[in-house]
Amino acid sequence: MDARIGVRNTKSIIFKSVIIFLAFVITIPLIIVLLYIIKQGITQVNWHFLTNIPAPVGETGGGISNALLGSFIIVVMASIVAIPVGILAGIYLSENARTRLAYYAGLCVDVLQGVPSIVVGIVVYFWVVKPLGTFSAISGSIALAIMMLPIVIRSTEQTLLLLPSSLKEAALSLGVPYHRVILKVIVPCGFAGILSGIMLSVARIIGETAPLLFTAFGNPYLSTALTKPMETLPHLIFTYATSPYDDWHNLAWGASFILLMFVLLLNIFTKLITRKWNIQL
Amino acid sequence: MEHTVVSASKFNAWFGDNHAVKDVSIGIEKNQVIAVMGPSGCGKTTFLRCINRMHELIPGATTKGSMKLYEDDVYKMNPIYVRYKIGMVFQRPNPFPNLSIYDNVVAGYKLNGLKMQKKDLDNIVEKSLTSAALWGEVKDSLHKKGTFLSGGQQQRLCIARAIAMEPEVILFDEPTSALDPISTASVETLFHELKTNYTLIIVTHNMQQAARVSDKTAFFYLGELVEYDDTKQMFTAPKDTRTQNYITGRFS
Repeated sequence: MDARIGVRNTKSIIFKSVIIFLAFVITIPLIIVLLYIIKQGITQVNWHFLTNIPAPVGETGGGISNALLGSFIIVVMASIVAIPVGILAGIYLSENARTRLAYYAGLCVDVLQGVPSIVVGIVVYFWVVKPLGTFSAISGSIALAIMMLPIVIRSTEQTLLLLPSSLKEAALSLGVPYHRVILKVIVPCGFAGILSGIMLSVARIIGETAPLLFTAFGNPYLSTALTKPMETLPHLIFTYATSPYDDWHNLAWGASFILLMFVLLLNIFTKLITRKWNIQL
Repeated sequence: MEHTVVSASKFNAWFGDNHAVKDVSIGIEKNQVIAVMGPSGCGKTTFLRCINRMHELIPGATTKGSMKLYEDDVYKMNPIYVRYKIGMVFQRPNPFPNLSIYDNVVAGYKLNGLKMQKKDLDNIVEKSLTSAALWGEVKDSLHKKGTFLSGGQQQRLCIARAIAMEPEVILFDEPTSALDPISTASVETLFHELKTNYTLIIVTHNMQQAARVSDKTAFFYLGELVEYDDTKQMFTAPKDTRTQNYITGRFS
């Protein structure tokens, strides 16, 4: 009997060691990638880099201000559309989980989440870019908004589903009308979760390249015209990294570093915010 | 019968096909504490939730028959108005976790977007918390979140929240079943004080509680109202054998 307990204990110890080892192993690729990009990129970044447009071939210097501004404009426009629509749809799904419409809408959200980003790009290309006859910032925003929607919808839905129904009953029993129950009680109580979903969706789309290839396209100059092509960080990285010039490669490394830092900070912020604003039920 | 506040006649309620409340007729008089007791699944909570139309929020729930608040048919009134007039306290304390103690008390005003003077709100808060026997404990921490309070304090906060709307009737759905004995005692003491201003209808599993706090008791069994009488009468000489069996513990 004692011997068998010993064997069991050994098995437990081996199992535990294996999962600890694997948990450690999965962090290695991330650390390697991070270190490499930081090493390659950090030397490129300075004030000049952030405030100037890329230099033509042969000239030294140059920066990524056009891509920074472009990414900012395109992501903000995508968010303005996707966040309210996503939250409202998420509220519907959590509030009416059993209806047929919710079932099919939820299915569509799942499918949309699985659609490859390049397919979203192609669809927007045929719907927006071709009819308008030009690549444009606005078509890039539309593509990114479509990418954002499923993330915002699902995270809102999941957050709100976790809230106890007693909360809603408390508000309704005070004679509060339904729309106010949702807007004043349910959404504020789930605010941290909804916000973290939004931030994660921004972190996700800021690095999307494929849908921007045929929509916002790219622009070597600083541009704020929404109906004209606009440069974005991932697109700049793509074009400059695949060019044959060393200067341009360095620019791409610098841009990668900035993009990585942004996504990293956004994720850290999300964690902090959810911890600070999480409401104790 | 001019003092009857809530009256039901031939009232029925269903969840889908499940006939939860069957032909209940009852008249509840003003400024009394009514205990509604019965075994689990007897329809007592469903009946309570029908009084302020919370029942209908459940998908598939239906009702038939008349339910009146004074002379008005509750089911012809706007449900929002009904719930102003008939407050409710739930089984588990459910203060709004995003609001302070102060805002929880006046939640009925704030969430409804009613514009009020700060002074009036202050008065309502103090009066309601005093009535709920909570003022002394929380008067220095009104702007802390309500969820920092203990379970019993939270439940009294929920009572204060219901009182703040100055309803005619307050419904209690097993209000002490999630509380420890000391908190239970303090909530029970409250019932005696509250009945001078309000009519209280209390659903309870606990027969001793029904005997302690109520003026009248209604006994529900399998969706029917078996007996409704003065509490003393009910617990000493019940008329129906089913009531007698329940009180003496032959089934539960």
